[in-house]
Amino acid sequence: MNEILLHIIIALVVLIGAMSVSASLIWLERRLLGVWQDRYGPNRVGPFGLFQVMADMIKIFFKEDWIPPFADKPVFVLAPAIIVAATLIPYAVIPFSPGIVVANLNIGLLFFLAMASLSVYGIVLGGWSSRSKYPLLGSLRATAQLLSYEVFMGLSLMGVVMMAGSFSLEAIVEAQRGLWFCIPQFAGFVIFFIAGLAETHRLPFDLPEAESELISGFHTEYSGLKFGMFFVGEYLGVTFTSLMIATLFFGGWQGPLLPPIVWLPGKTLVFICLFILIRAALPRPRYDQLMSFAWKILLPLSLLNLLATAGVLLILRK
Amino acid sequence: MNILFYMASIVAVIATLMVILEFNPVHALLYLIVSLLSLAVIFFLLGAPFAAALEVIIYAGAIMVLFVFVVMMLNLGPRSADEERSWHPARVWFGPFLLSAALLAELLFVLRGGGGAGFGEVSPEEVGIALFGPYLLATELASMLLLSGLIGAYHLGRGYGEARRHEPGPVEESTP
Repeated sequence: MNEILLHIIIALVVLIGAMSVSASLIWLERRLLGVWQDRYGPNRVGPFGLFQVMADMIKIFFKEDWIPPFADKPVFVLAPAIIVAATLIPYAVIPFSPGIVVANLNIGLLFFLAMASLSVYGIVLGGWSSRSKYPLLGSLRATAQLLSYEVFMGLSLMGVVMMAGSFSLEAIVEAQRGLWFCIPQFAGFVIFFIAGLAETHRLPFDLPEAESELISGFHTEYSGLKFGMFFVGEYLGVTFTSLMIATLFFGGWQGPLLPPIVWLPGKTLVFICLFILIRAALPRPRYDQLMSFAWKILLPLSLLNLLATAGVLLILRK
Repeated sequence: MNILFYMASIVAVIATLMVILEFNPVHALLYLIVSLLSLAVIFFLLGAPFAAALEVIIYAGAIMVLFVFVVMMLNLGPRSADEERSWHPARVWFGPFLLSAALLAELLFVLRGGGGAGFGEVSPEEVGIALFGPYLLATELASMLLLSGLIGAYHLGRGYGEARRHEPGPVEESTP
């Protein structure tokens, strides 16, 4: 009985933690962008402007939740829910410290990839069900982009899987006891980072919602709480991608001195800041550049990485 | 476990029925995705987590996205659902119904004979070892087939673009 209660508590804490961290990222992103662009950012509401998130939430709750009369209503309502669900569910497989994990699947990594490929539907259906041209264009772009980047997101992780000899995230973290995988799998790390940026459609890769050409892309017709769900879904994705990078390439909860439960969030925060820094630093490429970069550079690179890792492992085993 | 299995099976059957009965193509595709997801749950319950994950990643996550993508590009609206409705009078259902009823009877007959899954859990390693051990030839043949499909698609897409690029435009002609 106690065991079950413990599991429920862990699941609830992970759920609430993920949601509140993602919500407060809105504030963090605006403040950090302010710092890097030599201005203040939101600093009026509460200490350091921390309550800005609450103010924004209250505002978004009371906005009119409008569904366009020409939209496909059931799909229109379903789309934001799909995006939030598909980005929240994989949090279950992350080991936060030894023993603290919602579900220790032996296919944990595949589970993450499966959920990542399902989250495409949120964007695709959101754009399609709006039945107007900018969302449709945005979601056409999103589909092509996410499909192509998914291909080598999976491939870039196979090096890690080969070195750890398992798809289970707990085993992968254990295998990094001596050496973090970011060193032998540096190419895999860089490719996964780029693919993660594209999968969460963050700024250098935010062509699906490029404001200057598509108004705001696939969620142009959304308002109120449904828009908020798309927004939170994006930050959930950023948090989760950072968590995955920390778990797969930077030793997960392992680290000296401090307890494990401090190490993983700390590493994750570093990568979240890196995500935001990249947003502040890089311009948006053209769409064809984005696609040819994916297929002509990143895909061959990840295949080469896979081949080299397999070769080295074979030689070492003999 | 049994309750989960029956729940997933009921969802799969209802979703698959709705794929056939739905007139709006995108809604039908959504039901197909639900059906594939519940199939993945069934695979997982039967002790094949690897097959379940691949079912979601490949079928639900990649192939069906492409289907939705194409339907989206065709931009079929409510009008096409009406068209679809007009193409399906009751008498069209008769033939397929008879054929699938025969199949159902056959399936029930086989199921009555017992047999079924009673295997232990199959881990990803075992699948990999089986694929690159006893079934190596089949795996290689399948990968060759996929490669030829890839090259064919690339060629078709490229041929069109190249032909257009070599068409001499009036401005290009006059410049030395």
